[in-house]
Amino acid sequence: MGFSGRMAAAALAAGVALVTAGAAEAHEWQWGGKLDLTRGVANVEGAGGGGLATWALITGNETRDGIGGELSATYINLPAYSVRVFGGGVGLFDRVEATVARATFDTGATGAKLGLGRGFTFDQTILGAKVRLLGDAVYDQSTWLPQVAAGLQYKANDRGAIVRAVGADHDADVDVYIAATKILLDQSLVLSATARATRANQFGFLGFGGDRSRAYAAEFEGSAAYLLTAKLAVGAEYRSKPDNLSFAREAAAFDVFVAYALTRNLSVTAAYVDLGDIATFRGQRGAYVSLQAGF
Amino acid sequence: MKPSALALLVAIASGPALAAEQPVAPYPQSDANAGAAPFKDDRVFQALHGKAGVARITADLIERLKTDSRTSDIFRAADFERLDRTLNEEFCYVAGGPCHYSGMDMKTAHKHMGLQEIHFNALVEDLEAAMTKEGVPWRVQARLLAKFATMKPEVVDASRN
Repeated sequence: MGFSGRMAAAALAAGVALVTAGAAEAHEWQWGGKLDLTRGVANVEGAGGGGLATWALITGNETRDGIGGELSATYINLPAYSVRVFGGGVGLFDRVEATVARATFDTGATGAKLGLGRGFTFDQTILGAKVRLLGDAVYDQSTWLPQVAAGLQYKANDRGAIVRAVGADHDADVDVYIAATKILLDQSLVLSATARATRANQFGFLGFGGDRSRAYAAEFEGSAAYLLTAKLAVGAEYRSKPDNLSFAREAAAFDVFVAYALTRNLSVTAAYVDLGDIATFRGQRGAYVSLQAGF
Repeated sequence: MKPSALALLVAIASGPALAAEQPVAPYPQSDANAGAAPFKDDRVFQALHGKAGVARITADLIERLKTDSRTSDIFRAADFERLDRTLNEEFCYVAGGPCHYSGMDMKTAHKHMGLQEIHFNALVEDLEAAMTKEGVPWRVQARLLAKFATMKPEVVDASRN
């Protein structure tokens, strides 16, 4: 670490100390305390949400009086490919969420057919930040007003030369979104809708922008879940995506899922996902399983 | 010996179980103090198994609050006789049962308690557990919890003053 790195680290440490000291002064802050499942789970980009969609809920088990965190591992098995995502995040005072995820798109045997070589992978690093702007999905039960959050995701793909060769404009880009999530306890329902400005091709695995469109597109993510108990939810999700590359059409993604809180700290999500056609291989449908630890 | 005299003797002998409530300063009594409007019909009350079910849920909830590490300190010096009676009234009234709430309003009842969200959430989870033990379906639990969730600002924020 150079001098500027040490300065930045010292400044960050001082900042954290100030924030925590301020909180401690106002009232004792603590770990944990959030109601089961109300942190959501970690989605494919490592952000708090459902499986494919991003929600307005803040990750981690903390309440507004504390700090929390989350670690997740996700695997998607498709006919021609597989996807692995490892992520982690911190939640500050149930207000701000910062996440990092490493996502791998593994072409497996299909890599040879695409001329990339067997087992060729596309990897991306995703840095996310989300802030809750208004509303409270859990406690505001007497109004229709949802919890609303806005966020950014910076995605950097490690295969710049190849994604440009298939027509993409960039190997790194920023998504911007606004999410609204409502828990309707008297109906045992969780509803969420997100609008995202993005240029990502296949979540960014095939780069950003392309020969068909270079511009940001407004895309939609929607989730509906039914709470069978306080710890068990079933639901479905939809996520539209841009279609920027002429070599292979890209369609919307769907899933049906079940999420279960095994303990206060551990939850599992299993889903059947339909990611449509990916890089000329049609009908990529398969199993999604994700394990999350929250603290 | 007449039966009524026998009952009185038993009552005196059994001591703490029938301890009287501690006196409180007078306050205006009203169902509005319950902090939530009741359901318009008694389906939720029936799903809680009526007054007997509400009594079992309340007794179990109080035991959980006494032993839950998140709440045990808060309830250490509580008047459990009064808490049991007013919680029975609260649940019965809000669930649409034939009861009136005679307790203090939520702000007054939690004044100076220094509560945080973690304590409110602990009570919600302990109430869920007590209702599950009573065999109340989740769907009904969620409808009742929706009524109580809205009290969070009155319970938690007011307790800081």
